[in-house]
Amino acid sequence: MDADLSDALAQTVRAAASGEPLQIVGGGSKSFYGRAARGKPLPVAGHRGIVDHEPTELVITARAGTTLRDLEAALATHHQMLAFEPPHFGAEATLGGTIACGFSGPRRPYAGSARDFMLGARIINGKGEILSFGGRVMKNVAGYDVSRLMVGALGTLGVLLDISLKVLPRPTAELTLTFNLSAEQAIAKMNACAARPLPLSAACHLRDTLYIRVSGSEETVRAAHAQLGGDRRTDGEEFWRGLREHQLDFFKTDTPLWRLSVPPAAPLAPLSGEWLIDWGGTQRWLKSNARPTEVWEAAAASSGHATLFRGGDRAGEVFQPLPAALARLHANLKRAFDPAGVLNPGRYSTAW
Amino acid sequence: MAAPLPASEPLSRDLERRLIAGLRRVLPHGCLLTTEEERRPYECDGLSAYRRLPLAVAMPQTTEQVRRVLTTCQELGVPVVARGAGTGLSGGALPLENGVLLSLAKLSRILSIDPANRVAHVQPGVRNLAISEAAAPYGLYYAPDPSSQIACSIGGNVAENAGGVHCLKYGLTVHNVTGIKFITIDGDEIALGGESLDGPGYDLLALMTGSEGMLGVVVEVTVKLLPKPPCAQVVVAAFGDIVHAGEAVAAIIASGFIPAGLEMMDRLAIRAAEDYAHAGYPMGADALLLCELDGTREEVADGIARVREIMERCGATGVRVSQDEAERRKLWAGRKGAFPAVGRLAPDYYCMDGTIPRKHIAHVLAEINRLSAAYGLPVANVFHAGDGNLHPLILYDANKPGDLERTEELGGEILKLCIAVGGTITGEHGVGVEKIDQMCAQFKPEELAQYHAVKHAFDPRGLLNPGKAVPTLVRCAELGAMHVHDGRMKFPELERF
Ligand SMILES: Cc1cc2nc3c(=O)[nH]c(=O)nc-3n(C[C@H](O)[C@H](O)[C@H](O)COP(=O)(O)OP(=O)(O)OC[C@H]3O[C@@H](n4cnc5c(N)ncnc54)[C@H](O)[C@@H]3O)c2cc1C
Repeated sequence: MDADLSDALAQTVRAAASGEPLQIVGGGSKSFYGRAARGKPLPVAGHRGIVDHEPTELVITARAGTTLRDLEAALATHHQMLAFEPPHFGAEATLGGTIACGFSGPRRPYAGSARDFMLGARIINGKGEILSFGGRVMKNVAGYDVSRLMVGALGTLGVLLDISLKVLPRPTAELTLTFNLSAEQAIAKMNACAARPLPLSAACHLRDTLYIRVSGSEETVRAAHAQLGGDRRTDGEEFWRGLREHQLDFFKTDTPLWRLSVPPAAPLAPLSGEWLIDWGGTQRWLKSNARPTEVWEAAAASSGHATLFRGGDRAGEVFQPLPAALARLHANLKRAFDPAGVLNPGRYSTAW
Repeated sequence: MAAPLPASEPLSRDLERRLIAGLRRVLPHGCLLTTEEERRPYECDGLSAYRRLPLAVAMPQTTEQVRRVLTTCQELGVPVVARGAGTGLSGGALPLENGVLLSLAKLSRILSIDPANRVAHVQPGVRNLAISEAAAPYGLYYAPDPSSQIACSIGGNVAENAGGVHCLKYGLTVHNVTGIKFITIDGDEIALGGESLDGPGYDLLALMTGSEGMLGVVVEVTVKLLPKPPCAQVVVAAFGDIVHAGEAVAAIIASGFIPAGLEMMDRLAIRAAEDYAHAGYPMGADALLLCELDGTREEVADGIARVREIMERCGATGVRVSQDEAERRKLWAGRKGAFPAVGRLAPDYYCMDGTIPRKHIAHVLAEINRLSAAYGLPVANVFHAGDGNLHPLILYDANKPGDLERTEELGGEILKLCIAVGGTITGEHGVGVEKIDQMCAQFKPEELAQYHAVKHAFDPRGLLNPGKAVPTLVRCAELGAMHVHDGRMKFPELERF
């Protein structure tokens, strides 16, 4: 049932300032992510429904509790999609949770990330005020870009109410090609391909196989295949879904799962464990029991950063530690949005 | 537009002496301008209706000198306004009489081009176009291409989240910058992102982009480089009626196909551009659409066919497709030179920047024409139609009594129209000083307060570009009271979005 719970939610947030802090709960599909949550649950999944979808404007506005499934189904009827190809990680996944985590899928390096498609948001700040930032048009530089700041902030700066996203037409054709290559060779090839004008839409390496997806019109895809060569796969769609949803065998493990974000051509970091290289080389998954500090040091040495994505110690830090001056800015910003610290305390960092 | 900065308290003689002495200590010879003659060229940016002579102009040559200029000002409590190339159109780089103008023009080195990771590391004073020129030997380029790209700086682009003709397909500055380094007013150097696609922590890179020099001074930028498309052609369609052209824009976007660029010019702009650049535009047309297709040969051929069909269906009276690179360049030269070309038609022009949903383009343009006639002020339209980003250029003569005031009023009416159809007061030029009063209409007090809190998190004493971008609540209250007093609210029917 669609419902607008904005006012009730804002009231709860206002009350929390003098009571117990809140943990914001959407569909619960991403509760594994970030640090362990504490505080009184603030359920937001009931605040749901598509507020406005203008297929001809390529814009959709929906309440944060809308499930990704409903949203994508509505877009699909108009041959449109969320071009950042977000993972769901569960049938109950909501739009709000996806944006709060800032997750994007295999198409990200070629189409853009969740924050890239963010046009505007209505939020509740820590004082319980309902505020609107951005809008529903393609370009808008009135005021600071607070709506994009919300993407990936894990609800620590505001409760997301309504979100406006740019959407894109679905490509008419897609093709998945595979190549038998080592990780090093695959990194080189993914980058060489990205430096050429090819209609790439995903590139990933797993266990001696490089998977490349191309998208566009039938003609374009055919021409790209002719240029790239490789073996044509019939199970492409299934493979990319498995990758996006972490359902490939690689992800079925109890070993801590790390996400490293590094320059696309960086050599593999000297860490023990098994790698899956996604996003054309720039997002790398590592199953490893290495100590967190060791992973963070290696990521920094590669000019990147690392996140303890799943498993491991969720009571410790899970994100790359920030330099002191940058950490200070984060604490200041947290105070600017949530002076009493009532929104998802401790979810992002032990410090706030 | 009638929104100059509040008068600034002059510094005491003693403070001024200490400031100049302090800046002399940290800047090399010739990098501190203090005589009136030297300071005069910096009195305004691209919005020349407002002029202020800065107390001093600091032109550091290194990042460390930038840092020390900032800490010197911070210690003395003196405000600082950053400036790139000074092409901004909203008065963002308008100096303060009691402040230092910090020019980044001498930080103009391309630090490195990294073809393997497809990024360039550049200093903030590097010109936008210079990046693509430096990347060209690798078959790469930097996509955002503001019409001012031969002059504007990448630091200024970051500060305004600049757009350009090709942003329809390739995104704005915010989509094409992967990292920056900036210095806070306290002298901390902060690095955000880098060569990877995201950095750790909150998305401060997005927050900094478009922040108009209010949060920090950008001293290094890492931009994404894209492979140059092998093929590009432009389709130019003439329309006998601007409404049909507006409908064609909406129809192209609705068709599920996104061209590389989709620009529109009206009769006045076409004539001016043609006289100026001799692009070969059809002179009788009421409106022109320029639609760029790029990509592989197959993609471009497919795109041309689709676009041509839609344009003809929407009533284009003539469609021309560029046959070679020289012709394509010539056709675009008219568009890129359209602002200065229109500038030759009248002593002054005032460029607006509202953005609206594309389906309303035809309606809004018709309304602008009606308003233009009612005010007796010619308006030329040349703009980023594919993104719904309007640039009505109001032609006036500042020396004619009353002309500027009527121009401002007409501008206000146009922005009102943009907001009424669900749009925004600025798509890419920024708020600066120019649109600061309209901010009171677009945002409610709690939202403005949240902006001030963000500013405070970076710059608690409010020394960076004070008075710009976000109005004080007092200012909005006074404005509101004034309008209520006049018996007419400024934008009573505003939607809050
Ligand atoms: C003819 C013409 C055509 C134009 N076409 C377009 C267009 O197509 N698209 C578009 O988006 N804009 C356009 N513009 C506007 C302008 O060129 C852009 O806003 C540009 O990004 C400004 O860059 P600049 O270096 O000139 O910045 P400036 O005007 O010097 O400064 C702009 C703002 O940025 C701040 N700033 C500058 N450098 C820094 C820094 N290093 N760190 C922090 N803050 C800084 C300043 O304080 C100021 O607030 C046009 C302007 C003209 C005159």
